[in-house]
Amino acid sequence: MAATDYTPEHQLFRETVRKFVEEELRPRAREFDEMGRIDKSLFKKMGELGMLGLRYDPKYGGAGLDWSYSAVMFEELGRSDNAGVTMGISVQTDMATPSLAQFGDEELKQKYLVPAIAGEMVAAIAVTEPDAGSDVAGIKTRAVRDGDDWVINGSKTYITNAATADWLCLLVVTDPDAGYGGYSQIVLPTDLPGIRYELLDKIGNLGSDTGLFYFDNVRVPVANTIGDIGRGFQQQMMQFQDERLVACVSSMAGSEHLWQETRRWAEERRLFGKPLSKMQNTQFKMVELWTLINAAKELTRACVEKRVAGEDATELITMAKLFCGRVSRQVADECIQFHGGYGYMKESMAGRAFVDSRLISIGGGSDETMMHYLAKQLGF
Amino acid sequence: MKILVCLKQVPHKDARLEIGSDGTWIKEDGIKFEINDYDNYALEEALRLKDAGEAEVVVATIGPDRVTQSLRTALGMGADRAIHVWDDSLANADSLGIAKVLAAVAKEENFDVVFCGLMSDDSNYAMVGPMLAQLLDIPHVTAVVKTDFENGAVKVEKELEGGTLEVSQVPLPCLLAVQTGINEVRYASLKGIMQAKKKPLDKKALSDIGLDGAAVAPKLSIEKIYTPPKGEGANLLSGSADEIATQMVGKIKELGLL
Ligand SMILES: Cc1cc2nc3c(=O)[nH]c(=O)nc-3n(C[C@H](O)[C@H](O)[C@H](O)COP(=O)(O)OP(=O)(O)OC[C@H]3O[C@@H](n4cnc5c(N)ncnc54)[C@H](O)[C@@H]3O)c2cc1C
Repeated sequence: MAATDYTPEHQLFRETVRKFVEEELRPRAREFDEMGRIDKSLFKKMGELGMLGLRYDPKYGGAGLDWSYSAVMFEELGRSDNAGVTMGISVQTDMATPSLAQFGDEELKQKYLVPAIAGEMVAAIAVTEPDAGSDVAGIKTRAVRDGDDWVINGSKTYITNAATADWLCLLVVTDPDAGYGGYSQIVLPTDLPGIRYELLDKIGNLGSDTGLFYFDNVRVPVANTIGDIGRGFQQQMMQFQDERLVACVSSMAGSEHLWQETRRWAEERRLFGKPLSKMQNTQFKMVELWTLINAAKELTRACVEKRVAGEDATELITMAKLFCGRVSRQVADECIQFHGGYGYMKESMAGRAFVDSRLISIGGGSDETMMHYLAKQLGF
Repeated sequence: MKILVCLKQVPHKDARLEIGSDGTWIKEDGIKFEINDYDNYALEEALRLKDAGEAEVVVATIGPDRVTQSLRTALGMGADRAIHVWDDSLANADSLGIAKVLAAVAKEENFDVVFCGLMSDDSNYAMVGPMLAQLLDIPHVTAVVKTDFENGAVKVEKELEGGTLEVSQVPLPCLLAVQTGINEVRYASLKGIMQAKKKPLDKKALSDIGLDGAAVAPKLSIEKIYTPPKGEGANLLSGSADEIATQMVGKIKELGLL
């Protein structure tokens, strides 16, 4: 822990987030599972604490800090005992808002970024469609210009924060003949006529509301376009970098937490006259997992440091996303084994981690998408 | 209004405590510390006065270097400045020694209210507050659960045995030793944390406040701390859940706890 506590301020911020997690999130973790979402009023509280705009311009209510603070926050949020809730928060801070903050014009930022940072509005990122996920360029949702409006038709699926969101950062096709220059990002308020959603029933990450959106002739001002028309694809690729790095930080915090809880379990669980932790098999496996977790954390830290230094970290983040996804799955799988039958119960942390961690290798770009990119980078 | 809040840093409630080699205190290295819980409520009470109008909130603590972290937290929560007093001779200070140091700090300025926690989570003496009030020659109330400031006085509710409350009207300046749970303690917001960087944190030696090691020499020393041996006094109940519950209620009544 505390890999990124560079200054006393980092430490104090960690204390604040930890307290928030211990008092507001962890005690209600199973309640959020039952609700299938986080209590929306907590966004307001996080906004007041400054948690929702760490890297954004103070002009919009942000703190103007760097990625090291984001790392501190997600190292702590990763211990909330509810991966779904952590994901919902990270969608707000690092998946749905970075493009708006970086490319949006003043008016759009005042209208949608300021309330998102204050926690008064919740945002979602809408890229994936029923027929296009990994192949982002294959999306079909179409925005056709009609005067000063876009008219939008299509659908988006697996959208996190579906029920809670006040607006979507929506990726659409604006010119089907323009190749990679034919996509745009639009801020789409969810209360517009013609928008409908249904919630999806997931196997894990139960504390987040994942949904399928339908858009039927939805009219939204062209002024809601984030950045230039036709730059949506490129902007979204940049936005993915934050999403992936957050997944690395929070998944490793979760794995570390699970490892610690499993160790406690192994020390207390007795069989054949001694604690489970005294068996060499347990010790070797636990040490192996600890090594993997630390390797993944160090790789993640290297990504964070590159981001703090303002360097391009795409390649390293891609490797980290691939590695952390696999490590978190392995940790969960082996930790279930130490718990025996109890590990298979829904109430066990290991059991939940087993299904929750499975997402890391799929969401935000699958392992294969990461490898596809890396293979290209390495000249295959 | 000028308010002094006395804070103590104590071992974190989740810390795994072990008794030190000389058997008179716990091992302090390697464990985490935090602000004494009672003091959090005292600080929050002071910060609410600040929010309500004109008040300067000064926090003071005594302890080795590690306590600056707690002072920074207090500044991050909204206190205006911090005073940190330390001298190696204070390592074994007793309640009176601590009260003397705090009194010397308080006498350097004219505080209208001194807030402290009812007791500390680690040593539980509950003596520093009343002693400090005596040394400053001001009235005090302990176990404070409600405050109402008006026209140079404060109406205070104090918790008595069995849930009874005592109400008193206390003129300022005064000292209030606060019970936990009396308010909802705020978090240090990121903005507060960043502003705290620029707030003054004065480090003072005993000589800076007109004291020396002899003046604070402890009159009380701890002979030994230990974990009570297992097995004594335990009363194992057996039977079905219902039977155990009935026996338990009987026992509670027998002990006069109900
Ligand atoms: C719980 C959850 C929350 C989500 N939240 C959001 C959200 O908020 N917003 C959003 O837009 N999306 C979200 N998603 C969608 C997620 O990003 C996609 O599921 C993911 O990108 C994969 O897309 P797909 O499901 O269409 O799978 P497909 O693209 O159909 O891929 C299927 C499989 O094909 C394989 N594959 C992919 N590419 C290659 C390749 N190049 N070479 C070889 N094999 C390959 C992989 O094994 C992949 O898993 C979420 C998904 C889940 C499950």
